[in-house]
Amino acid sequence: MRITQGCFSFLPDLTDDQIRSQVQYCIDKGWAVNIEFTDDPHPRNTFWDMWGLPMFDIKDAGAVMLELNACRKAYGERCYIRVSGFDSSHGWESVRISFLVSRPKEEPGFRLLRQEGDGRTFRYAVQSYAADRPEGQRYQA
Amino acid sequence: MEACEGSGNISHEDAAETAIAAPPEAIDLRRELSETHVAEVLDQLDRELVGLAPVKARIRQIAALLLVDRVRRRLGLSSETPTLHMSFTGNPGTGKTTVALRMAEILHKLGFVRKGHLVSVTRDDLVGQYIGHTAPKTKEILKKAMGGVLFIDEAYYLYRQENERDYGQEAIEILLQVMENQREDLVVILAGYAERMDRFFRSNPGFRSRIAHHIDFPDYSDGELMAIGETMLTAQNYHFSPEGAAAFQNYIKMRREQPHFANARSIRNAIDRMRLRHANRHFASDMPVSIEDLVTIDEADVLASRVFSGGLVSEREPE
Repeated sequence: MRITQGCFSFLPDLTDDQIRSQVQYCIDKGWAVNIEFTDDPHPRNTFWDMWGLPMFDIKDAGAVMLELNACRKAYGERCYIRVSGFDSSHGWESVRISFLVSRPKEEPGFRLLRQEGDGRTFRYAVQSYAADRPEGQRYQA
Repeated sequence: MEACEGSGNISHEDAAETAIAAPPEAIDLRRELSETHVAEVLDQLDRELVGLAPVKARIRQIAALLLVDRVRRRLGLSSETPTLHMSFTGNPGTGKTTVALRMAEILHKLGFVRKGHLVSVTRDDLVGQYIGHTAPKTKEILKKAMGGVLFIDEAYYLYRQENERDYGQEAIEILLQVMENQREDLVVILAGYAERMDRFFRSNPGFRSRIAHHIDFPDYSDGELMAIGETMLTAQNYHFSPEGAAAFQNYIKMRREQPHFANARSIRNAIDRMRLRHANRHFASDMPVSIEDLVTIDEADVLASRVFSGGLVSEREPE
């Protein structure tokens, strides 16, 4: 199951040129661009690992693409990679844009867990099949 | 600069054949030039920088090459990004940094770099202090320079022959890799004194082969330095009195003979000191000063310099 998180996730995967122009848009807006990766695709997993430092003082998307390619080389096959733009200006101080730029080849999807509670209540939870394995060993053949 | 000069020689059948394939008959390079506004930068370069005739000629040649290349790329005649890395060699104060700034602007206008900013660095900015510190530091700088021009001043300090474990070597390797693989992302300009740069290139052949344009900056003549001095003064709303100008001409002649002469930079420092003496002279006198006094550098301000009394050397000798 293709996971859909962040901007553009219902569109076909962005090409490198499209990523580059989105990143350039972020830079032109003055946002710090970050590259993050994770192998836990749960939608509530907000804390992804960071690739390097936030890129505050770059002027051109080429630099981000350089880092992104390095990150893909290291984690491309077995992690989701996303790019986010952080707006540090007063009043915002938060992530303004975030989109997936790379995903593992196989995405096994989620199982639905039902837990019977008191009386007739049910609690529902989703759990990624990938998360059955320990961290760092997911999405590998 | 004339386009398609040879088109008259093509026989009729040939012409008919090419007419199908080639859309535009002739390309007006002049129009191309005015569209990119490169001519303005070149003219500005001519206007604002005194002397440097060979440098300006080389830059015009490079600009012409790039302009033609741009047209060729648009027509699909070439797709490779040309190698644009350069080395500027010359004595201190000959305008290498200033020209590098203009170069960034020219490259930007021609579309060979996307942003056209100049990141000026030295060894300290690239090389780390302990193992594993250099690579991230160099990469950080390279990322900052992407889309623009990376200007490495006194590049030969990157390579220390006497210490084979010097971290400079690591920075050089990363630089070379990026210079080769990311040619469309940034242009690297290395600068430094001619003879030491030569030695640097000899011990790092990888650099020499990756650099397309070697530009040598000649020393300024006395007349040119005088013109530079006058331009600097005018920019600060000062001017020489006739005697002051004569004295300054003498000053240049004598300063050149003395150690640590740094062309235009020496002139700038001299002017700063002259302004100091000029202010002190008027401050010390009890007479009211006129506006004319405030903007005129006189003979006395120039002649008080220690250059006329033998310079630094004579001052230190008695000790």
